[in-house]
Amino acid sequence: MNALFEYLLRLGDDSLILGHRLSEWCGHGPILEEDIAMTNLSLDLIGQATSFLKYAGEVEGKSRNEDDLAFLRFEREYKNLLLVERPNQNFGATMMRQFLFDAYRKLFFERLVHSTDSQLSAIAAKSLKETKYHLKHSSEWVIRLGDGTEESHEKMQSALDDLWKYSAELFYQDDVDEDLIENGIIPAVDAIKGEWDVLVRNVLEQATLIIPSNNWEQVGGRKGIHSEHLGYILAELQYMQRAYPGMKW
Amino acid sequence: MKEHNIEVLERDFQAKIDNDIKIEPKDWMPDEYRQTLIRQISQHAHSEVVGMLPEGNWITRAPNLRRKAVLLAKVQDEAGHGLYLYSAAETLGADREQTIDDLHSGKAKYSSIFNYPTLSWADMGAVGWLVDGAAIMNQVPLCRCSYGPYARAMVRVCKEESFHQRQGFEIMTTLAQGTAEQKAMAQDALNRFWWPALMMFGPPDEDSKHTKQSMDWKIKRHTNDELRQMMVDITVPQAELIGLTIPDPDLKWNKEKGGYDFGEINWDEFWQVVKGNGPCNKDRIETRRKAKENGAWVREAANAFAEKRKLRNTKKAS
Ligand SMILES: [Fe+2]
Ligand SMILES: [Fe+2]
Ligand SMILES: [Fe+2]
Repeated sequence: MNALFEYLLRLGDDSLILGHRLSEWCGHGPILEEDIAMTNLSLDLIGQATSFLKYAGEVEGKSRNEDDLAFLRFEREYKNLLLVERPNQNFGATMMRQFLFDAYRKLFFERLVHSTDSQLSAIAAKSLKETKYHLKHSSEWVIRLGDGTEESHEKMQSALDDLWKYSAELFYQDDVDEDLIENGIIPAVDAIKGEWDVLVRNVLEQATLIIPSNNWEQVGGRKGIHSEHLGYILAELQYMQRAYPGMKW
Repeated sequence: MKEHNIEVLERDFQAKIDNDIKIEPKDWMPDEYRQTLIRQISQHAHSEVVGMLPEGNWITRAPNLRRKAVLLAKVQDEAGHGLYLYSAAETLGADREQTIDDLHSGKAKYSSIFNYPTLSWADMGAVGWLVDGAAIMNQVPLCRCSYGPYARAMVRVCKEESFHQRQGFEIMTTLAQGTAEQKAMAQDALNRFWWPALMMFGPPDEDSKHTKQSMDWKIKRHTNDELRQMMVDITVPQAELIGLTIPDPDLKWNKEKGGYDFGEINWDEFWQVVKGNGPCNKDRIETRRKAKENGAWVREAANAFAEKRKLRNTKKAS
């Protein structure tokens, strides 16, 4: 197995699946301005997915392009975090999911910019700009809703309680990472973890939210062991490609 | 004395219109002019927002990454159009929340075309090509509308609509040049959307109650039937170019008038859909109503937070 290929799938699938989830909001947002904002997030993420998966196809060298990889793998071959496949639930839960992810992604891209792999560093530079904006947006909503009304506070606390156990997987590491870290292709995750903790705690404190005491870590996505939700996401995502194989659109 | 004043105001107002001077929010205007514009602009805003739904229906099922991104961007543009238009209506004193509640209660209308379902990917092509195409036909003249804020909003909107129209036509072209299945999908979409798209220009001139006054006020520049004729004349050659058939056996080039003759539109169907009996009326309104209802706690919380922040800042300052 090619470590870089595998790692690019992880990055691409995180963006693809979260972008898909956000796109489900289109036309259903709590205000028109947020419909536009969530579409923006989704567009950025689909763009990132395109870049990562295109590069993955080149690295693999089996003439699969970004669409083949995005639309024609089986469930167990998707390597996204469990966090990003969590259902949207309500706007607050969507913003909480976004915040936990953005906080990680921003710190990660800040380092990936210095990758010895010039393609990765170029994708990271573009993605970093986008992610800084995403993080600003999601953290503002987490604070606003956490410290808003009693009802919104409760909703945000319950979103945090639900999602927290999936945040550990952001820092998942195995031999795929080790090899790449050694060659300076990707940053070491441990350093990011410390900063992520500080950033997240700071925002949650302003939001008057409490990190759950249950520190159970739910992982699996990186190994292709997903929740039941992914199958339904893929059923929609892949519908056209499966129903009309091999056609140009 | 007072009556005399109104006469002067009305005369000045009409003089401005006749000289193509834009009416601006602070200018005096007849109440009927204001009400006509509020009705038209908010209907237009609602159409943009409800119009997000039939296309939103295919975002998660778009066939490839590029199409997914283009469709997302398109639906996002429509949300933006809704925002400019609600703002334009607000310059006339309309209340955005009230306007939206009127939509949800069924009091306010929106374009009937969005009450038809999108049943295949080809419908994304047909909607862009025909529906955005018809919207452009309607809206380009509105860029010269006598009311300044509406005219200016339309300039921005039309640029984006023409991009939407092109991308829709490009989807149709790709399908028409594709496999037999794809071509059939494209033809089926054209069959379903052709007549409803022609209905988008509204009832025939003899039944259109608002047309004359709107034309005198230069809100409208062409009649419904004139616009419909332009649409047919522009679209028929496009369909021919990509090898699709317009579903109208009576369609025929008329050399004398330099345009196409076309078949009878089913106005019964049109009025039924306007009345609420289209295939998706209930679902569309229900979806919008739910979006507002489910978002209520978010808007309340945002207001509460803004209040708290203001209070904290004043405390800090004192
Ligand atoms: Fe629009
Ligand atoms: Fe429009
Ligand atoms: Fe459009």
